[in-house]
Amino acid sequence: MSRVGTRGLALNEKLLFEHSDPGRIGYSLPNLDVPPASLDNDLVRDGLDGFPELSEVDVVRHFTRLSTWNYGVDSGFYPLGSCTMKYNPKINEVACRHPRLTGLHPKVPVPLAQGALELMYELQQDLAEISGFAAVTLQPAAGAHGELAGMLMIRASHEAQGRKRTKVLIPDTAHGTNPATAALCGYDVVPIASDGVLRAEEVRAHMDGDVAGLMVTNPNTLGLFESEIKQICDIVHEGGGLVYCDGANLNALMGIARPGDMGIDVMHFNLHKTFSTPHGGGGPGAGAVGVTAGLEPFLPTPMVDKTKQGFVLDYDRPQSIGRLRSFFGNFGVMVRAWAYIRSMGGEGLKRASELAVLNANYIRARLEPVFHLPYQTRSLHEVVFSDQDLAGGCHTLDLAKRLIDYGYHPPTVYFPLVVKGAIMIEPTETESMEILDEFCDAMIAIAREAEENPELVLSAPRNTRTRRMDETRAARQPCLCWREISDE
Amino acid sequence: MDFPDELKYTEEHEWVLVEENIATIGITDFAQDQLGDVVFVELPDVGVEVEEGKPFGVVESVKAVSDIYAPLTGEVVEVNEELPDTPEMVNTSPYEDAWMIKIKLSDPKEVDDLMDAAAYEEFIED
Amino acid sequence: MRYLPHTDEDIRQMLDVIGVKDIDDLFCEIPSEIRLQRSLQLPPILSESELLQELDRMTAGHADTSRFLSFLGGGAYHHFIPAAVDQLASRSEFYTAYTPYQPEISQGTLQAIFEYQTLICRLTGLDVANASMYDGASACAEAGLMAVRATRRKRLLVATALHPEYRQTLAAYCRYLDLEIVEVPFGTDGRTDLKAVKDLLDDGTAALIVGYPNYFGVVENLAQLGETVHAAGALLVTATAEPISLGLLKSPGELGADVAVGEGQSFGLPVSYGGPGVGFFAARQKAVRSMPGRLVGETLDQDGARGFVLTLATREQHIRREKATSNICSNQGLCALMVTIYLALLGKRGLREVAEQNLAKAEYAKQALVALPGVTSPFNAPTFNEFVIELDRPVDGLIEALQQQQILAGIPLRDDYPGMENRLLVCVTEQHRREQIDALVESVKGVLS
Repeated sequence: MSRVGTRGLALNEKLLFEHSDPGRIGYSLPNLDVPPASLDNDLVRDGLDGFPELSEVDVVRHFTRLSTWNYGVDSGFYPLGSCTMKYNPKINEVACRHPRLTGLHPKVPVPLAQGALELMYELQQDLAEISGFAAVTLQPAAGAHGELAGMLMIRASHEAQGRKRTKVLIPDTAHGTNPATAALCGYDVVPIASDGVLRAEEVRAHMDGDVAGLMVTNPNTLGLFESEIKQICDIVHEGGGLVYCDGANLNALMGIARPGDMGIDVMHFNLHKTFSTPHGGGGPGAGAVGVTAGLEPFLPTPMVDKTKQGFVLDYDRPQSIGRLRSFFGNFGVMVRAWAYIRSMGGEGLKRASELAVLNANYIRARLEPVFHLPYQTRSLHEVVFSDQDLAGGCHTLDLAKRLIDYGYHPPTVYFPLVVKGAIMIEPTETESMEILDEFCDAMIAIAREAEENPELVLSAPRNTRTRRMDETRAARQPCLCWREISDE
Repeated sequence: MDFPDELKYTEEHEWVLVEENIATIGITDFAQDQLGDVVFVELPDVGVEVEEGKPFGVVESVKAVSDIYAPLTGEVVEVNEELPDTPEMVNTSPYEDAWMIKIKLSDPKEVDDLMDAAAYEEFIED
Repeated sequence: MRYLPHTDEDIRQMLDVIGVKDIDDLFCEIPSEIRLQRSLQLPPILSESELLQELDRMTAGHADTSRFLSFLGGGAYHHFIPAAVDQLASRSEFYTAYTPYQPEISQGTLQAIFEYQTLICRLTGLDVANASMYDGASACAEAGLMAVRATRRKRLLVATALHPEYRQTLAAYCRYLDLEIVEVPFGTDGRTDLKAVKDLLDDGTAALIVGYPNYFGVVENLAQLGETVHAAGALLVTATAEPISLGLLKSPGELGADVAVGEGQSFGLPVSYGGPGVGFFAARQKAVRSMPGRLVGETLDQDGARGFVLTLATREQHIRREKATSNICSNQGLCALMVTIYLALLGKRGLREVAEQNLAKAEYAKQALVALPGVTSPFNAPTFNEFVIELDRPVDGLIEALQQQQILAGIPLRDDYPGMENRLLVCVTEQHRREQIDALVESVKGVLS
């Protein structure tokens, strides 16, 4: 078997502050062409103590070396479940750097910013069409921010009708952001059990006059379609509640089925998952939110709208939940998502979802003989195994670390919580059969290593620049900021 | 795993040592084993009233967090001041160095509801 | 499609291995009544070249800085971005990586965040900074919520002179949390009114939140505010929309702030129609466990080599769920990286120098403008690179007239501050050459005379 992972020359690199040498500079400024000015002494700081002094070359080498310690989608296969690490197209990066976009100030009068507004309007319309919702806001900066917008709208809608409701139902497979968001909206969280998928009867059993709504992820975090979703939405609606959908897994459904048609009232999109914008090592994302007509009045302010006079920013929204951040959202991320949709088209997006599901099922078929599969229901875009059948005292974490030696980013591990030792694999559509085969071969080889030579697995990774980190030490004596002393 | 006979136990995995009307409270060997390396312990101040069944503190490992529930009702009269700085004692000495709080019992009869070592051992085996 | 590598033959083989006839069989769990029975109706596909042409068409009427002379600030600032910032941040090992959950293959991101956290601590004069928030406004809202957690009090005083969008964001975050938000007026000098603060503080007040500088560009007297709120057992939170100012101003920590948040866009990010930017968040050591957001800490690997990991994660939603300190998951990692690169390039001397240039140019512009007949300076407290001017008439005519000359004169204050129809917020940075400032002054003079 050919292995992707191998040894390479990894260059060491100190911290910026350890490089610093007094007198070096890495910038240029024009000469000051106006008289210098000063502020009262009691307003002015002595200096920027502890800031580095570096040349441009120092800085460029520093960050170039750091970049080589990272693994990105451009490095290789990144099957991180629930995160949809698909390829990030390069044209998106060029598009968002268009100088008439990067140099456009958010306070430019609306008639002089029509292009940006047109782009946002078109993206809103596209997302509404893809999801089956009546209206879309682009303001939230990330998925959890979108959840906050959505749950605030649910609460605002109840309050507008004079309904005091206190509880939100959340299945045990949910992302942690769901309960955290419900709490931020002043709701008590009621966890409900699922057996892989959520059962309508289970929801009915929990529905009462205190339930404001249900937060559901569809497909759920096990990669399974919530096949009773329609009945579930009906039950919640009959009980006077609303249904929130965490749209993290929309990549399975584009052009296939629409959350809005299933009875869902509000859903966030992760533009940085489904719509190919890069994750940036943790962000920026963008968490657009779609709603039914009933929730439209509560959308955040401002909304982009189209009128006879052109595109406008609508601030006159008396029932709006208000504003969740400055300006209009992570605009640069919207441009990338727009570029992706315009590059793919409707048929292309549907094909992407089909191939994402094909890839996940292919991995499932190849690994099922070797790894324990806790749920037998047909998978969509991702598949969750457990470490139950791993031999030699090896666990999910060890498998993950050993995959690094083989040249892959590990899958999501230990999530969802309902599967002990979960291994959650989401290949996405942009990976070829050849790459999937190599990855599956590596997984199977590691399972064999666990039987025959578990030390190889337990001591992984060995080929990385740094090895397993002492996370206990990091948490017991937190060192979150460099201080001279830590260098001794 | 060790469960000293002189202690009483709860289903939330706390242990209690009752001496006259003062109860010393900590978490069990089983609890520390489940949590893994403990990195943080948060305890109440002296004088706080704790109520049977309600959380009075928090214990954290790197990737898990658990409330500590009061096994009995009473007023906190002493807190293990060393523990927050040396949380690893919860792993190395759960019944001695890592005692957490001492409370003055409001209702000594509550002690009757706690498990003895044999019952607790049976409980965690289920 | 160039992003999809599957050949028909691949698909056939894969379906065989799976044991289904066609792709549609894989969707068998989706009931047919909720399947979409038509194609998606989306705009036509564009090739790469067509896509860029389409953007050219859409943006042809934009008043961006390539065509307009802009004096707009108000939370988004035009500063020079050194070439190395985008070049380095475009390394795709950085931008195509996910959150660094696997530290062995994420040390680049982790070390850069550790450096970012260190720079933010030093900039703000505080002990701990997180790995970044969505933007300045949401960081400010989170700071308010943290103050509520830390003090177990339920009342927040918010300066009216704080950026209006920061106030609105705080209000939305707090909407259903049973908190009381009380606005504190500003005085005639443009600073938050100390006497009003004293009157409004009570033993249920968690914090006072002020802009530093505030929305009028005015430098608040933090030392006095800090003493006053601390005497009532409350915290002082500062929100800095223009962080270049901290190259010159005393740090919030030095003046008594307990939490300092702000927007980092000025440090190497384009204005990009308002986003993405990056929210910074710093606090005192004792508050570290009630902080929102990710934190990176230093540790050792099993061979004793220095490395970095995400740490103190038990505060966060993926572990603590409904009891988490925030629901935040994503940060603005790539933007924080750009901030780190920018600050590394500027360094100790450069950040000071760029701040001094901002101050000097803004002062030059302010003096020249208020020397014009019909223009006054309504606030006399010190300002940094933004200031308010007051005309003898509503500002709308001036704004429109200058637009005709391809000048964006400033932000009218009337929408956010009723009664300020005649006032304009003007921002001048190191990007403005003297003759451009002179051109603004000449144009204003021409319109008013």
